[in-house]
Amino acid sequence: MVKADVKLDTLGYFCPIPIIMTSKKIKELVPGQILEVVSDDEGIKKDMPAWCQSTGHEMLGLEEESNDSARVYKAFVKKVKR
Amino acid sequence: MGATKVEPATALAELQETKPDRVTIVVLSGDMDRVMAAFIIATGAAAMGMQVTMFFTFWGLNAIRRKGTPSAAKDWLRRMFGLLNKGGAEKLPLSRFHFWGLGTGMMKRVMRQHRMPGVPELMQMAQDLGVQFIACTTTMGLMGVTKDSLIEGIDQLAGVTTYLAEAKQGSVNLFI
Repeated sequence: MVKADVKLDTLGYFCPIPIIMTSKKIKELVPGQILEVVSDDEGIKKDMPAWCQSTGHEMLGLEEESNDSARVYKAFVKKVKR
Repeated sequence: MGATKVEPATALAELQETKPDRVTIVVLSGDMDRVMAAFIIATGAAAMGMQVTMFFTFWGLNAIRRKGTPSAAKDWLRRMFGLLNKGGAEKLPLSRFHFWGLGTGMMKRVMRQHRMPGVPELMQMAQDLGVQFIACTTTMGLMGVTKDSLIEGIDQLAGVTTYLAEAKQGSVNLFI
C-alpha cells in the first residue's frame, strides 16, 4: 500500500482528461512527492504508465477497487523532477 | 549491474528537457468528430510534454473561426459560399448522422451527460497547454476569411512550408 501526499479525483472523466489533470497537478508537487490519481476510466491502466514513461515520472503502482457496479482505479505516481 | 547505471526515468526526463518530441497535426476536416479526435491527440501529447503544432486548413479552418462571422469576400460566389460554410467550434457538424443538427445535438447531449468535453472546451485546453495553432493563408484567401474573423490565440498565419518545416522535426505527423 503506497501512501500518497496529494490525491487527485478524476472520477467521471474519460481520456484524455485524467492525464491532462495529472500533468497539471504534478506541477504543484515537489520532487519525491507521490500523487494518487483516482479514475474510473479503464484506459488509465495503460495510459498512466505510458505517460510516466514519456514524462520521466515514476509509476509506483496501480490499485483496482470495485465499488458497487463501478470499478475505480488508483494510480500512484512519484514526481521525479521539474 | 554497474555503478554507473542511470535510472531510466531520470535519463528520459533529462532527454525531454533538452529535446522535446514534436507532433504536427494537419486539420483538414471540419467535422466535429474528426476535429475532436485531433484535439484529444493534441492535448494528450501536450500533457506528455510533447511540443504540438496544429495546422488548420480548408474545412478545418471552421474550427478556429469565430461563430457567425460572414465572409469578407466581395464577389457573390464566395459570399454565397460563406453563407453555407459557417464557422465556429461549437457549430461543427458530425461526419455522420448530423441530420440538419438533430443528430449532432443529441451527440452533444450524450457527451455532456458523460462529462466529455466538446470541441470548444478541448480547444481551450489545447491553448492552455501551449499547443501552437497555425491558420492556412491559402484557405483564408479562398474562403474570404480574415484574421479578425479567427479566434484569439492563433500563433501564426502561414503556408505549407511552415507546416513542413515543423513536420520535418516531428516524430508524429497526422492528417485529419
